[in-house]
Amino acid sequence: MRTLGIIINSAYVRGLIGQAIFTFAGIGLVGGIRSAMGLETNVEPGVVLGAILGVIGFLLFAGVLTDWLKWIAGKKTPLRHGVPEGKPGWSRYLNVDVNHKVIGIQYGYTSILVLLVGGIFALVFRLELAQPGIQLLDAKTYNTLFSAHGIVMIASILLGVGAMTNYLVPLMIGASDMAFPRLNAFSYWVGIPAVVLILSGMVVGGWDTGWVGYPPLSLRAPLGVVLFLMGFYLNGLSSIASSINLLVTVSFMRAKGMTPFRMPIFVWAAVATSLIQFTATQTVGVALTLNVMERVAGLTFFNPTNGGDPVLYQHLFWFYSHPVVYVFVLPGLGIISELLPVFSRKPLFGYKWIALSSLGIAFVGFLVWAHHMFTSGMNDALRIPFMMATMFVAIPTGVKFFSWVATMWEGKLSFETPMLFVLGAISVFLIGGVTGPILGTIPTDLHLHDSYWVVGHFHATMFGGFIFPFFAAIYYWFPKITGRMYKESLGKLHFWLMVPGFWIMSLGQMQIGLLGMRRRIVDYEAVLGVQGTQVLITIAALVIGWSVLIMVYNLVSSARSKEMAVTNPWGSRSPEWQIPYPVPEFNYDVPFEVVGDPYDYGLDGSEYVHTQAAPVPSGD
Amino acid sequence: MSAYTKAQPGSHHEAHDEDRAHELPYATQVRANRLGLWLFFISEFFLFGALLITRFYLWNVPGVGQTRPELSQELGLITTSILLLSSFFVYRGETAMTFGDRKTFTQSYLLAALLGLLFFVGVVVMEWNLFGLTLNMFGIEWFGHLKPSDGVHGGVFYMMTGMHALHVISGVGLLLIAWNRGRKGMYSVERHWGVEGIALYWHYVDVVWIFFYPALYLIGKAV
Ligand SMILES: [Cu+2]
Repeated sequence: MRTLGIIINSAYVRGLIGQAIFTFAGIGLVGGIRSAMGLETNVEPGVVLGAILGVIGFLLFAGVLTDWLKWIAGKKTPLRHGVPEGKPGWSRYLNVDVNHKVIGIQYGYTSILVLLVGGIFALVFRLELAQPGIQLLDAKTYNTLFSAHGIVMIASILLGVGAMTNYLVPLMIGASDMAFPRLNAFSYWVGIPAVVLILSGMVVGGWDTGWVGYPPLSLRAPLGVVLFLMGFYLNGLSSIASSINLLVTVSFMRAKGMTPFRMPIFVWAAVATSLIQFTATQTVGVALTLNVMERVAGLTFFNPTNGGDPVLYQHLFWFYSHPVVYVFVLPGLGIISELLPVFSRKPLFGYKWIALSSLGIAFVGFLVWAHHMFTSGMNDALRIPFMMATMFVAIPTGVKFFSWVATMWEGKLSFETPMLFVLGAISVFLIGGVTGPILGTIPTDLHLHDSYWVVGHFHATMFGGFIFPFFAAIYYWFPKITGRMYKESLGKLHFWLMVPGFWIMSLGQMQIGLLGMRRRIVDYEAVLGVQGTQVLITIAALVIGWSVLIMVYNLVSSARSKEMAVTNPWGSRSPEWQIPYPVPEFNYDVPFEVVGDPYDYGLDGSEYVHTQAAPVPSGD
Repeated sequence: MSAYTKAQPGSHHEAHDEDRAHELPYATQVRANRLGLWLFFISEFFLFGALLITRFYLWNVPGVGQTRPELSQELGLITTSILLLSSFFVYRGETAMTFGDRKTFTQSYLLAALLGLLFFVGVVVMEWNLFGLTLNMFGIEWFGHLKPSDGVHGGVFYMMTGMHALHVISGVGLLLIAWNRGRKGMYSVERHWGVEGIALYWHYVDVVWIFFYPALYLIGKAV
């Protein structure tokens, strides 16, 4: 009963109630004004205002804005820490909490939940594609499902990135928390109404634009497209806030002796990611805003019949949406670099090169966006420079691959589940990487554009760059987070189901793409000769889905087990593994000092973090 | 410092004696705030930059070059002057605060907020002509005639001025909050990050307009 009470009174439930109330209030308000003014019936302006108010309602009811509102009223608001009095420890995770570890875990389970939702969408339309002709879905539903699959997965990945950076970075640099804990909570919580908006867009007519929302199609799509665009925008807002927070944290809150080139390598990846997030995200925000305004407020930007230009949207959109691919993969590549030395018992090869290659990828990533637009009708003179710039991405990425191979070379490799996922990530990201230049090259892209080859390519980059490393990170830090060890046998089963499943799916997608299978089409001709592969892809997707469920079961059941894990099961040198479970509220009760390089595994007498004997100095 | 002691039974994470013991020292927190705010400005630079790019992209007519809508030049000049004047008062107020002159600070911030509000009215009520009025006095067209539906000229003009006005009106709110807190004596010579941060924000919004104003009112051939 008490448990139920806590759940009903949680920030999630309160927030959703607030969102519902404010949304309908907004719709009613605009509807009332419009009918009073005698305007024609059009629900969209009301839906837009309702969506905006709904988000505010969510944040208000959930309690995200409470401290700031008190501050405006001229009250002092000390940060609330620890479990609220008289409540069980787990209730923290269902409410607004400012501790970065709590927020990191909130990001984590939300990411997995959203991943499962997006996965189910994919499985449904994969079943449809297993045979030519129309069996399960009509074209409209199919369009909505693949569009939602794209954006829901992006939301999931952004949440997963937030999980890793929020939980790990303050621990790794020896900070007590993030620099702006309230903003940190805001960044997480604003993502929840965003997902609600996207999912409710599917109910009110859906939309058929894919996750890119190109006009003029988006100007004619059903009402759902408006909610999709606004949900997308909110995800961006969350990204901007959390990335600024992270950059400030890393700038000012590092432990003594932790110079930039002595930070754990994942922190470099997180910094490079944040540099992209806090800048490029604004331009997609503009693209989405203009799109909504054109639809709802009658402004003209993109509609050629009124003198607009749809290519402009693509420029603004891809200026973010290419770099954001590196937001998805850089943290994952950081995880690979972080874990390989631990499981190879050897120093990370070329630490500085790896660190700088993350920045290099982030930088070059800003110069390549128009490789998505070779067929858009943009100025021909732009094509060659963008093709060249695209090829340059291979250089910093290649640095990482060579370093990984050199790190493993002659190492004492052991193959626990996290290491398996790291190796899986490298192999999958490699196939994703080498299939990219074919799309970045103009003549081949003209042929392969909008084909299933593209689908195969980016699923390989997303799985290799995010999914596999994210799962590796979950297994690896699970003992740190829960104090329990996951079940190794189930972890291995997960891996050995997912790897072949993924290879079949991704290579199959590329193959049917070469044979002429288009993206985003509900049906195909039997004469294409792709049906056998389509069946294989569908089966592989189901296997991947089941393997993820095995992971969820493994994590949940292991977290409840009585047996405690040892403090440092992997023999890591990273500071977070030097302190026992549970990690104190403010991470390190006794501060540590960095006295050596982070990855000198196997070097006798080398030390990375040195814990001082002195007690914590208290505050200012 | 011991005022915040509280027990936390059943906690996963060990309870700590002093809640505030781990908060950043004020000087560090202010440095962090400052960097955070500047990063936010860089971020917003991409927002306003994208809008400017939109303007130069869409208002470029092949064979003609850059164009702009026919606007009331006098009205634009007046609103711009008001905004710049408000920035001066914010500067005056912030400087006064660093010297502990609370009266000048509150006066200046209130005046700046009112000027900001006047600018907002100048854009949204007069230039947008929210209520569909006409007034010609001293040979000046006091209410604009460009409509949001007037092709790319209307669209871009309303979007850019609207996005900027949104920043102005939130800035006015922030100035008033600072004014109110200042009135209550919540700032001191040593601790007045709020005053400083809001001043920076207000100057930033002004600088944005310094780029927007010529882009909207001056550059290109009026059509
Ligand atoms: Cu790209």
